[in-house]
Amino acid sequence: MLGIEDPWVVLGYFLCIICTLICLVWGAFKWNVDDTVQEPEEEISHWAEEENRVEAEL
Amino acid sequence: MSIWMMIIVVAYLCVIGYLGFRGFKTTKSATDYMLGGRSVHPYVMAMSYGATFISTSAIVGFGGAAGVFGMGLLWLTVMNIFIGIFIAFWVFGGRTRRMGLRLDAHTFPELLGRRFQSRFIQGAVAIIIFLFIPLYASAVLIGAAKYISSQFSVDYNVALFVFSVIIALYVVMGGIKGVMYTDALQGTIMLFGMTALLIMTYVKMGGVTAAHQSLTDMAALVPEKLQAGGHQGWTSMPKFGAPSWWVLVSTIIMGVGIGVLAQPQLAVRYMTVKSGKELNRAIPIGGVFIMMVTGVAYVVGALSNVHFQQTLGKVSIVAAKGDVEAIIPMYLQSAMPEWFSILFMLTLISAAMSTLSSQFHVMGTSLGRDLVEESMGRKNNGGGVLATRGAVFVGILISVYLSYIIELKFGKTGTSIVARGTAIFFGLCACAFLPMYVGALWSRSITKAGAIAGMLSGSVFSLFWMVFIQEKASSALLLCNRLFGTRSLAIHLVDGKEVFSSMGPIVWAYVDPLMIGLPLSVLMTVAVSCFSKKTAEDHLDRCMGTKS
Repeated sequence: MLGIEDPWVVLGYFLCIICTLICLVWGAFKWNVDDTVQEPEEEISHWAEEENRVEAEL
Repeated sequence: MSIWMMIIVVAYLCVIGYLGFRGFKTTKSATDYMLGGRSVHPYVMAMSYGATFISTSAIVGFGGAAGVFGMGLLWLTVMNIFIGIFIAFWVFGGRTRRMGLRLDAHTFPELLGRRFQSRFIQGAVAIIIFLFIPLYASAVLIGAAKYISSQFSVDYNVALFVFSVIIALYVVMGGIKGVMYTDALQGTIMLFGMTALLIMTYVKMGGVTAAHQSLTDMAALVPEKLQAGGHQGWTSMPKFGAPSWWVLVSTIIMGVGIGVLAQPQLAVRYMTVKSGKELNRAIPIGGVFIMMVTGVAYVVGALSNVHFQQTLGKVSIVAAKGDVEAIIPMYLQSAMPEWFSILFMLTLISAAMSTLSSQFHVMGTSLGRDLVEESMGRKNNGGGVLATRGAVFVGILISVYLSYIIELKFGKTGTSIVARGTAIFFGLCACAFLPMYVGALWSRSITKAGAIAGMLSGSVFSLFWMVFIQEKASSALLLCNRLFGTRSLAIHLVDGKEVFSSMGPIVWAYVDPLMIGLPLSVLMTVAVSCFSKKTAEDHLDRCMGTKS
């Protein structure tokens, strides 16, 4: 098929396309879906401040 | 280089400079993005992921490997999309992000160390990363230097030296911070460039089926040495159980495909996104990106055999004089218009820079923050900052030295050095970190002792296998030969002839460490956890977010 003899390689070729399609379909359905568990803002702010310090060191 | 090409190069550098400056002023770090950058478009973010994941290693290294092994490498694209994007973002992303926030963890070693309440784990993970990431960084450097050397017709060592100086300056001048706009532009150009490359290649060879058919018809032209290793043509998988099959399937496809889940620099990315929504949105964009960049590199790498056969009467690896990483640059130079290879060069160099800067970032934080500050407890006397800077500098030096020495020893031997170097690092990360990482995210039963047992057994076994059993690695490392007088303990002499130890189709000297190291690491993690002290429930509640 498609000029390729080995069915394993043909399968790989099509699975590349199929996996990409799965990702696209997933994106279409989940584009605006957020985590069901939300972390408090203070946790995020604290994490972010500490991260700034780590990056400043570099 | 014509005047127009010069103008394109200068214009591109100006745009990158402008975007870099804009990004630096607005979203200079992932943190700023989390804190205030609510307006960053998901496209920008997903492309920035892609540009960091994919570097010269994937395109020049693995594309060149496809020129040798053929289209079977497409299975790596399948693994990259399904495991590296879909599973990674959907399954691992959200949990890692939430746990990172709860434990206030900023690096991969810190996440694991705090989850298992062990400074030893944090320090040991940091040491493993610091010792082995230079191998991966050198794979990226080799890919970039080979491309520059081919485009400008300069010596490889000169290209390596000049590029390393540019990288060092880039890192010193603050380029180590993730600049999303620049990454996104680079990603977009990569996507455009690879799409154009695929279309032009197929059109040039008479269409999809005709191009593949021409490659299939060349099966008889496979060089004798490759045929002896089980190569059956560029549109077929190698013979099951043959050396080529083990390299392609166990080292390249499985090693990189599975190893991507336990990559420290990628796990950190999950922690820096604003919300779970971004992880969901990165899946379709990342999927398309990986498909178009890696998938195209592997198809074109394999099809380059048709081009070189038609123009030079030689297959790619022979046309490249045994230099696997020269295949893609040579193909672009001889088959594509000049404007395209210049555009491609800029893209590859930028891609290498974004990946290298994140690798050096991980090296620096591993040694500075994880080992010196947290694991050794020297937080207040400035030791961490000094160690971080020193680690980046030493990391660059080691990576450049490795790029020089690896090329010197294996450059023209037909070995896919970039692909194998990357695969060794990915495989080692999988054996050492994956069971513990999965346990940290999902299991309340995996204990500190279990995690340590899995990590040590996985990494020690992988190293043992590489040094003493896996023929390609053990021959190169020479230690086995020096100690035991044989290049692998799985090869012995019978009447002066080499005999490979085997069990059915399994020839031990060809098996990648991952195939045994990962199951062993899983087994040790679970077994030791069953018999060791359980983690306190309140700590588990804190990590996993279950309020008791």
